[in-house]
Amino acid sequence: MRLARNLAFGLVAALGAGVAQAAEIVPGDVVFRDGAVETPLTDQPGDPARGREVFSQRSQGNCIACHAVSSLSDVPWHGEIGPPLDGVAERWSEAELRGIVANAKIMFPDSMMPSFYKVTGFIRPGDGFTAKPAKEIKPLLTAQQIEDVVAFLKTLK
Amino acid sequence: MRTLIAACASAALCLGAGTGAAEGQKLVIEGQEMVTRAPAPDWHPLTEVISGWEFRDPATQALQMDDFENPAMIFVDQAREMWSTPDGAAGKSCESCHGAVEDSMKGVRAVMPKFNEEAGTLWSLEDYINNCRTARMQAEPWKWSGSEMTAMTALITLQSRGMPVAVRIDGPYQSWWEKGREIYYTRYGQLELACANCHEDHYGQMIRADRLSQGQINGFPTYRLKNAKLNSIHNRFYGCIRDTRGVPFAEGSDEFKALELYVASRGLGLSIEGPAVRN
Repeated sequence: MRLARNLAFGLVAALGAGVAQAAEIVPGDVVFRDGAVETPLTDQPGDPARGREVFSQRSQGNCIACHAVSSLSDVPWHGEIGPPLDGVAERWSEAELRGIVANAKIMFPDSMMPSFYKVTGFIRPGDGFTAKPAKEIKPLLTAQQIEDVVAFLKTLK
Repeated sequence: MRTLIAACASAALCLGAGTGAAEGQKLVIEGQEMVTRAPAPDWHPLTEVISGWEFRDPATQALQMDDFENPAMIFVDQAREMWSTPDGAAGKSCESCHGAVEDSMKGVRAVMPKFNEEAGTLWSLEDYINNCRTARMQAEPWKWSGSEMTAMTALITLQSRGMPVAVRIDGPYQSWWEKGREIYYTRYGQLELACANCHEDHYGQMIRADRLSQGQINGFPTYRLKNAKLNSIHNRFYGCIRDTRGVPFAEGSDEFKALELYVASRGLGLSIEGPAVRN
């Protein structure tokens, strides 16, 4: 019994370590070429179903606040600020989509779009929406969330 | 698509999206017609300035067209009481010095914020009120966005309703105005949003469930259905910068007074509408 418990503990620890060690490119190390990012930010492939959630939910990407998408007709209130994204996978390569989601201002310097995978260069950054100064700035989306959104965008053909 | 984005960078062309208001709808309050659209001054980045009233839905618009329906008027009534009630060690009320609010405060809101020669600095209406309270009445100052202050600014603003916004931007105002313009175009917070991103480049368009306006302040203090109270100009600025995931300037700060002057000047020619009703 005790052995089994130790084995189970060891297994959980190993899994935890495995997740922590998953290759992930930190925001400062992302390589942009003409605004595109060739290399995925994690070695875990993006999941379009999770990306759909990140795209739609206010507490996550909330991309829909600015971009309309016909296939998300079940989600209320699509914004008009950015271009509609129907067929976006036909217009942009995966690397371009990744670059735009990670930091759209590399490709479009005047874009209003927030930079979702950036941690420096902000003016008066706050700790979320608390109005207090940020202690540590985390990117708006994690590397995996970026990959998930890119996977979702690739379904928009 | 890129061309479309580029075209929309010039806000005038984006106006095609409309304001969400029925064209030709007039804002008439108690028989007085408000100017809700006016040609912009030469220096203005837009060609036409438009009141926030035009961007709201008909139900919200209607609330402002009848003073019995306008929820802000409850607070105006409270302020009328305060106007004539002595407060502080000097035993004075507003009325003791200023007499009838309808006479003495007419036109005051239209020129706010106003440079105070004696203090050598720019003052918002709230500064003038608190100066009266502390220096003349020997009473405690009110909190910038507290219920007494917003009620009193609403009562005073009402005395200018229908008059055109008439702030000055020359002489001693110029450096404040330039500072305000700089703040207006600075992209704050982790979302890196400037006032101009929403209110100059994308007004008339939906950001999720909200229709963006030009961010005019001629309707302040404003009763918002969202929080069911009167909201000060600086409190609205505070909320906007907080929502950029940023650290706002303090209410009553020089930065927000400069921004108040600049934003007021972007509405030159519109009628003072306060206290208005908004989402």
